[in-house]
Amino acid sequence: MKNCEYQQIDPKALATPSPAPTPSRPCLEKKPKRLKRKWEVFPGKNRFYCDGRIIVARQSGVLPLTLGLILVTSGLFFIFDCPFLVQHLTSCIPVIGGVLFVFVVISLLQTSFTDPGILPRATPEEAADIEKQIDNPINSSSSYRPPPRTKEVVINEQVVKLKYCFTCKIFRPPRTSHCSLCDNCVERFDHHCPWVGNCVGKRNYRFFYMFIVSLSFHTAFIFGCVTTHLALRSQGGNGLVFALQQSPASALELVVCFFSVWSILGLSGFHTYLVAANLTTNEDIKGSWSGKSGNEESGNPFSYNNIFKNCCSVLCGPMPPSLIDRRGFVPTEDEVRAIPAEMELPSIKTDINMVGRGPTSGHAPPPFLPPNP
Amino acid sequence: MFVQTHCHSPPLQSASLANKVFIQRDYSEGTVCKFHTKLPSELDSRIEKTLFEDTVKTLNNYYAEAEKIGGHAYLEGCLACITAYLIFLCMETRYEKVLKKISRYIQEQNEKIYAPRGLLITDPIERGMRVIEISIYEDRSSSGSSTSSSTTSSSGR
Repeated sequence: MKNCEYQQIDPKALATPSPAPTPSRPCLEKKPKRLKRKWEVFPGKNRFYCDGRIIVARQSGVLPLTLGLILVTSGLFFIFDCPFLVQHLTSCIPVIGGVLFVFVVISLLQTSFTDPGILPRATPEEAADIEKQIDNPINSSSSYRPPPRTKEVVINEQVVKLKYCFTCKIFRPPRTSHCSLCDNCVERFDHHCPWVGNCVGKRNYRFFYMFIVSLSFHTAFIFGCVTTHLALRSQGGNGLVFALQQSPASALELVVCFFSVWSILGLSGFHTYLVAANLTTNEDIKGSWSGKSGNEESGNPFSYNNIFKNCCSVLCGPMPPSLIDRRGFVPTEDEVRAIPAEMELPSIKTDINMVGRGPTSGHAPPPFLPPNP
Repeated sequence: MFVQTHCHSPPLQSASLANKVFIQRDYSEGTVCKFHTKLPSELDSRIEKTLFEDTVKTLNNYYAEAEKIGGHAYLEGCLACITAYLIFLCMETRYEKVLKKISRYIQEQNEKIYAPRGLLITDPIERGMRVIEISIYEDRSSSGSSTSSSTTSSSGR
């Protein structure tokens, strides 16, 4: 029991650094350091553009190819097929094509450039706190890596195992997985898509779904229109070869659309099933909920058992914020040392955690700073 | 509470960070944001159990409100879908509005309840919604007397 009276601590006073400059540092050497934004010190394998507004995976994969194929095919369609079809059929065709094209490109860019739901890594104090809680009686040699740590939680009367992530130093929330390509834990991890050059997770799944659905409509629409175009041209005894000679671009569009429409339609159908069952690709492939190892009673504990409700919660649910705060500023060393030099803590302390001096820890951030979205 | 005060102790800036306690997430209801309401043992002597539980329960309610799937969320989702999600660039989502309410609430709680007891709550959004970090501050003069005998208190000016 402490025999003193606690004095009210003003949160504002705690946050301000010591105003008196230390005598050991001459003023001439002090240069105003440029404040770094958090994206510049982000530990995962991501790239940032526009001062942290845009995030992509380090390997952009085949995103340029995807974009190129869409732009080229659509461009050829608008330039070579639309004039003929407008003349012979209806002028709605370029309008519908335009709307679909806009949807495809916007949803593709949003899927690629949005934070999929990356979980920031634990601060050193948090990691130390978790380490304390985990019992590790066998501590023989430094090279011995303890077995994977798991924690069990009961969700909806079902036991779910939470795994410990050694990279991020956290117990992964349910449905979270660590992407080795991006080196991040992603919430509601679906898969890492090389076509969009990013992970697909909680925050950008709806963009991804809209992308593949609109792309399947778009490719099917172009395929149908090009077929109609060639059919109209080859009427009157002219033949298909004549039609292709008149409009060679249509041949290229036909080939691209023919090969992509099956795969894209298949993918859309698969993801529609996942949305209706409130599953992720990761869970479906691993068979997390589908009666593995003789556990017949296991079902998906996150499903609402109602297709409509599942669809609404996945696609129309609230948009969670980005947790990594890429455009926030990294606290400087001056702010970290909130304890003035003369107030050294006594060396004998029984149960006090020594505060880490990492750039993102070591001081109590003022709680009234609004988070950056 | 305690009568003896150290008249010579400097005010306010004498507090130093002693420890940090982390309230973990409670996943028993799935992936919704919810924190355990159990008072950690390190805070037993610092704050009343009911006050602490009230704070955490209110925070849990705020997060539940933000993540609620209901008419308003559907409307927002459908509107966003129709505009190819471009509306998110100009409009603040409901979640963000609730987060602002939460940070105001935490600031108010810190000022009224936690700071007088030498504690400080960090907004979970600054820790990636993983934990509620509670920093425990020790009064400078008390940290000296906790290790030495109580002679300093009796000889205080």
